[in-house]
Amino acid sequence: MSHHNTTHVRTISDDITDITSQNPELCYQCGKCSAGCPMRNYMDDAPNVIVRYIQLGLFEKAMNSATIWLCAGCLTCSSRCPKNFDLAKFMDAVREVALRNGVKVKEKTILKFHKAFLKQIKNHGRSYEVGLVRDYKMATFDLFSDVENSPKMLLDGKLNIFPHNVKGKDKIKSIFEKTEVKKCK
Amino acid sequence: MQIGYYPGCSQEGTAKEYDKSLREVLKVLDVDPTEINDWSCCGATSAHVTSHKLSLALSARNLALAEKQGLKEIFAPCAACYNRLLTSKNELQEHPEQKYEIETIIEEKINNIPEIYNIVNFFQKIGKDKIAEKKKIDLKNFKAACYYGCLLVRPSGINSDDSEQPNSMEEIVKATGAQTIDWNFKLECCGAAHSIARQDIVVDLSKKILDDAIKHGANLIVVACPMCHSNLDMRQQNIKSKFSDFKEIPVLYLSEILGLALGFDKKQLGIDTHFIEFNLPVRNDVQEVSA
Repeated sequence: MSHHNTTHVRTISDDITDITSQNPELCYQCGKCSAGCPMRNYMDDAPNVIVRYIQLGLFEKAMNSATIWLCAGCLTCSSRCPKNFDLAKFMDAVREVALRNGVKVKEKTILKFHKAFLKQIKNHGRSYEVGLVRDYKMATFDLFSDVENSPKMLLDGKLNIFPHNVKGKDKIKSIFEKTEVKKCK
Repeated sequence: MQIGYYPGCSQEGTAKEYDKSLREVLKVLDVDPTEINDWSCCGATSAHVTSHKLSLALSARNLALAEKQGLKEIFAPCAACYNRLLTSKNELQEHPEQKYEIETIIEEKINNIPEIYNIVNFFQKIGKDKIAEKKKIDLKNFKAACYYGCLLVRPSGINSDDSEQPNSMEEIVKATGAQTIDWNFKLECCGAAHSIARQDIVVDLSKKILDDAIKHGANLIVVACPMCHSNLDMRQQNIKSKFSDFKEIPVLYLSEILGLALGFDKKQLGIDTHFIEFNLPVRNDVQEVSA
């Protein structure tokens, strides 16, 4: 055979498959995922279209979509897929690969929220809402919206003024250093 | 009964009343929960949407700690924690090379991952007969819409309940004497973690869920997840300011409705800390079960 020396050039699709352990070609584009997606109204591309982009090698289109960030991970699609394709997990992987490749994220506030949330976990080992809201508001320069519910929560003791630090805090920090995706815009 | 307890971060903060009511109820049902020592966050949505390995490792640390403590079974009252822990368990078991890598990252060995229950499965295990036996008040005036949200029964096959037509929560709630209603939105997403960054979406989706429950005759909603509670209870404030004709409806945690049936008052269960006041008659107009 003359082709046995042909080397496969790694693509974004391979990176996605490494994360998900499932072949994107499984999807035969029936659209059942998009039909039941509670976020479809707010997305640009339908969820099945994101899979199609990857199948066709249109990686930039997939990574630049707002859809990947608006997916709420509700797993409706993954539960209903007739091919047992875990689309929610696939969406996770497309986001991760987009971050690794420094793609400009369309839904900026959503990523800022995730970063502010993870920062608390990295520093304390558990969630810390006051720190989360502080860091999120600093990142979005949106200091005064959505604060009307806070006084009641403070009074009810639901917003802890100080964080709880787990004993294994250093271990958590090292888990983050070994696994978090840093490069992103 | 002994069981390992993974509270999850919300139980110490925004869902304090969930933890409080759960502990009261478990005491009455002769369950002794053992907290996983030094448990940490499961990574929640933010970890799995940004780094697959981070998400696996954060959940795996807790599973390893539970195993080290000799816990054979654990339960997680937050549906999102439950889903993350179980997803990680399944992945670690299915992919040995991935398990090895995660063990290196968390610097812990994983051999026998405990059985993981969500709160509904756990109350099933305790048994509705036990709940009925300890019941002090029959909540027959309650018409509950049981809300599963996204992560209690998905993806399909995650547990014994049906991922399209689940009925396990209704079975538990009925043990209090309450009626449960049939409705369309028990599995529809409330927008979950988008609550802060895209409040507009959460307000729209939560309103649809609440409206459907009311339309089908519910006078309260029962949830089993702190995120669902926060979106369906707290966000009613925001729904009201956007839709003037919106009619509010109280939202209880599963442990709170059980607590009422077991004879606790609203304050003991932390129901007084909800945004939407719960004022269904419990004691006065409702017949007490004779001892």
